[in-house]
Amino acid sequence: MAKITLRDLRHSYMENPAAPADYALKKLDVEWRDGGAYALLGPSGCGKTTLLNIISGLLIPSHGQVLFGERDVTKLPTEERNIAQVFQFPVVYDTMSVYDNLAFPLRNRGVPEAQVDKRVRTIAEMTDLTGMLKQRASGLTADGKQKISLGRGLVREDVNVIMFDEPLTVIDPHLKWLLRSKLKELHQRLGTTMIYVTHDQTEALTFADQVVVMKDGEVVQIGTPVELFERPHHTFVGHFIGSPGMNILPCAVKDGEVAVGQSRIEVDNAAALKGLSGTYELGVRPEFTRFANAGLPVSIAKVTETGRSRIVDTRFDGRSIKLLLEEGEQVPSESAFLAFDKKHSQVYGDGWLVE
Amino acid sequence: MTLELKDVSKRVGADMHIYPSSLRLDRGSFNILLGTTLAGKTTMMQLMAGIAKPSGGEIWFDGKNVTSTSVQKRNVSVVYQQFINYPNYNVYENIASPLRVLGKPEAEIKQRVGKFAELLRLTPMLGRKPSELSGGQQQRTALARALVKDADLVLLDEPLANLDFKLREELREELPRLFHDRDCIVVYATTEPSEALLFAGNTAAMHEGRITQFGPTGDIYRKPQDLITARVFSEPPMNVAQVTKTGGKFSMDGVINWAASASLSALADGVYTFGIRPHHVLPEKTSEGAVKVSGKVKVAELSGSESIIHFDMLGNPWVSLTHGIHPFRAGETAELYVDVARGFYFGSDNRLIER
Repeated sequence: MAKITLRDLRHSYMENPAAPADYALKKLDVEWRDGGAYALLGPSGCGKTTLLNIISGLLIPSHGQVLFGERDVTKLPTEERNIAQVFQFPVVYDTMSVYDNLAFPLRNRGVPEAQVDKRVRTIAEMTDLTGMLKQRASGLTADGKQKISLGRGLVREDVNVIMFDEPLTVIDPHLKWLLRSKLKELHQRLGTTMIYVTHDQTEALTFADQVVVMKDGEVVQIGTPVELFERPHHTFVGHFIGSPGMNILPCAVKDGEVAVGQSRIEVDNAAALKGLSGTYELGVRPEFTRFANAGLPVSIAKVTETGRSRIVDTRFDGRSIKLLLEEGEQVPSESAFLAFDKKHSQVYGDGWLVE
Repeated sequence: MTLELKDVSKRVGADMHIYPSSLRLDRGSFNILLGTTLAGKTTMMQLMAGIAKPSGGEIWFDGKNVTSTSVQKRNVSVVYQQFINYPNYNVYENIASPLRVLGKPEAEIKQRVGKFAELLRLTPMLGRKPSELSGGQQQRTALARALVKDADLVLLDEPLANLDFKLREELREELPRLFHDRDCIVVYATTEPSEALLFAGNTAAMHEGRITQFGPTGDIYRKPQDLITARVFSEPPMNVAQVTKTGGKFSMDGVINWAASASLSALADGVYTFGIRPHHVLPEKTSEGAVKVSGKVKVAELSGSESIIHFDMLGNPWVSLTHGIHPFRAGETAELYVDVARGFYFGSDNRLIER
């Protein structure tokens, strides 16, 4: 096991990259502690697979270094990095039993059979595969096979890191809940460094201690789930994390004072706005928006039921502002006023949090 | 316009894929088939479309028996989970293709393609080939093609399942709007309860080849008539446990007890299954009648805005889902409050006890 350091990492698939847009991965500096749970989160094409391939050794970056512990592994091939990988689609040897599938990575490295047996049984117990060890893998359902893939990824004790590339995408929602919590539980029990790549915010936030949010090859924020939720550094993070995402409204800043239309808005980063004037954006999550007796006048456009709560979509000056209502809370009939929680209201300029 | 299935069944070899099922869908309605993989949703759609022939029963459309009418002679559109477009046609020609098959005049084609491209925000991409589009744009193209010909029946088989989380959220919001002013019958298959709730309309809950319940989506969510439907329609899965009623009291293993509400006091003594959704099991007492329980925490997943606590409830795997951050360590004993007034009771036949 090892700490992982990514130092001044950049990558371009072009021969002679010049403009920032030529880079599939812009600049990344990060240090991941031994035994942590990390996630790379972003939409398709954001560069997370490029980054994953650099860490796993499928790709040599055009700039920068990858360190496992103090060792520079930037140019080492995958097999010399001592890592385990779990992919989106189950990789299973159909003709082998579940037991032999789990044992494969250990036998492959010449681990004595007694030790193989002990470890396979431990992992089978953790992944709920104990009852199926003798079965052939070919007869299992998709989620059964994915459990084998997970088990195979976890079976070696000496790996530097286990990497998961969208491992739950093909799994039914009901089982996804179970497998996701299983993975978290396994991380707590095994203490191996894990890196989880996904486009699904729920998976990233519930799994990781720290999440790297990426967009167009650029890291827009690295933070704990709470930091990403409560203080997005970029409107993209506000939008991408949270469902529905953060409300983003044009606002006028005049020497530090913030107004949306005629309404003055108190914001958390007011101190950073001193001396600034112009058009900016106000970001407030639906969770921190509520109906009030006075405030921003809006009309009610739509109410959507989610079971637990209702999403109320309101309009101000043609723009959508959403809020969440708990069971039992009333929706005003047609028009209403909105108030925002000051601590969670922030002003952004060119997409970035004004600090 | 109505689509009626009368005792329709489908047998493949010795396997019943669909048990005799009856369903009546009306003009202008949005209908959801909700169930896990292999519940029979896709087979049901193939029967509705005429792609598969029923082994028994009849299918009636607008008062006509169409059981043996081929799919080509029915006015049906289908969108699949995989993005299916003609790779060598550009977006315009892809959307136009059903109209060309119908031999529509060029002016009409141009007008209709333009309208649906606009509606699905594809206008700037009309000249591109599918391979030059993002996944979301490819699926929008497939949707536009399904909508352009004014089909009587539009079948959408998990159309958003292969899309990124945020794109899915976006298209979910757009979809109902696309059918707003249309006369057709829409059938939408999904594995996700949250998707059914967002679309509202009607839901047919499906399980292992049977429709377990059909009706307005909100009604089924609030009043699932049996345990299977309740489980199909809960995400995360519904917490269940056996309870014993003695006199005016319910008891879980003699350890956790609560008084039967007035509407249940007349219920015969005996053993019942109690079900409660995870968001009604909370770390804080928020309602008067909530019952305190405790259990060993298996894992706590903390996203930035909510906590998902997996714990052992007298041998049953239970989940608590709550807003805010409530850190629990694996292995510690959590005290939680079950809002029993929001629970469901099922008899030994697994039918919901009305109250």
